[in-house]
Amino acid sequence: MNLPPFQTLVDEHARPLYRFLRGMVGPVAADDCLQETLLAALRAYNGLSHDGNLRGWLFTIAHRKGIDHVRRYAKEIPSPSPPDRASPPQTVRDTDLWNRVARLPPKQRTAVTLRYLGDLPYADIAAVMSISEPAARQNVRAGLASLRKDFT
Amino acid sequence: MSKIADRIRNLPSDDHTGALERFARRAVEDGSARVAYGEVESPIGDLTAVVTSRGLLALAFETDDLDRIMESVATKLSPLIVRTPSAVGRVRSWLDSYFEGHPQPAPGLDRSLITPFQERVLTATAAIPLGEVRTYGQVASLAGNPKAARATGRALGANPIPVVLPCHRVVAADGSLHGYAGGLDRKRLLLDHERTISV
Repeated sequence: MNLPPFQTLVDEHARPLYRFLRGMVGPVAADDCLQETLLAALRAYNGLSHDGNLRGWLFTIAHRKGIDHVRRYAKEIPSPSPPDRASPPQTVRDTDLWNRVARLPPKQRTAVTLRYLGDLPYADIAAVMSISEPAARQNVRAGLASLRKDFT
Repeated sequence: MSKIADRIRNLPSDDHTGALERFARRAVEDGSARVAYGEVESPIGDLTAVVTSRGLLALAFETDDLDRIMESVATKLSPLIVRTPSAVGRVRSWLDSYFEGHPQPAPGLDRSLITPFQERVLTATAAIPLGEVRTYGQVASLAGNPKAARATGRALGANPIPVVLPCHRVVAADGSLHGYAGGLDRKRLLLDHERTISV
């Protein structure tokens, strides 16, 4: 089977993968988790039996790395994020929103971050989380409803 | 689309390029990446050096279709290709020395993309002294097949490692430059440069 050069996957998907992980584990750990995700993907790449949904495959690995990290270091609730260096001071409320996303119940957090930071369609969110598509939609809806209370 | 969803979509985040650089370095160091590439600045425009653990696999001009080259490397050799500028340091220092006029011994080469006939032609080409040129017919003879001037031209045109394997030192029988994968201007620049440094 002809797989595309691995770098083309990195070019296309690294940014949404990073933003997804940023939402899952915070800004410091996201850097490590992105490296671990890409290394694991590279090591498994030659063994792929199809090149159908490489994005979904990458996010499945990233999800696993994010979960591993949360289990190892935090007791489910990531510590509050310091502001990203990229954020100017007036966007304190952005940092608040990152933190609120991080404190959502795990399934809602995963679904919301996959949807809006990873930019994944619901079919892929369902596959990554091993749940049904309606359940994926429900988790996103519930997560947004909870966030909307504080940010409108 | 709800407003809160838009706000999440537009949340600013740090640049992730540092993480990508660290990933690439680790992938090359532990051998997970089989092929690495990076750009090298030069007087004939930016060059992209493609390397493996054996050495330099390919050198591309900025006018080349890099995507197509990488797809071909993925198919013929390995798709485990990662952009890693730090992995092309040896090629960079050789090119610097060459363009500064004091070429070091050529860097190690990975000849995986070179066919057997091409190998004979390129070996004959590599024996042309700096500052000199040979004709396609002469190189064909040196490669052991005097009647294969045209095939020789094609083999040189498909040279995956130009500049280092000096296919630019081969010209038409009437002395005209004839052709070059990187364009005749680059061929002329390389030959002028070599005439200068060989004296």
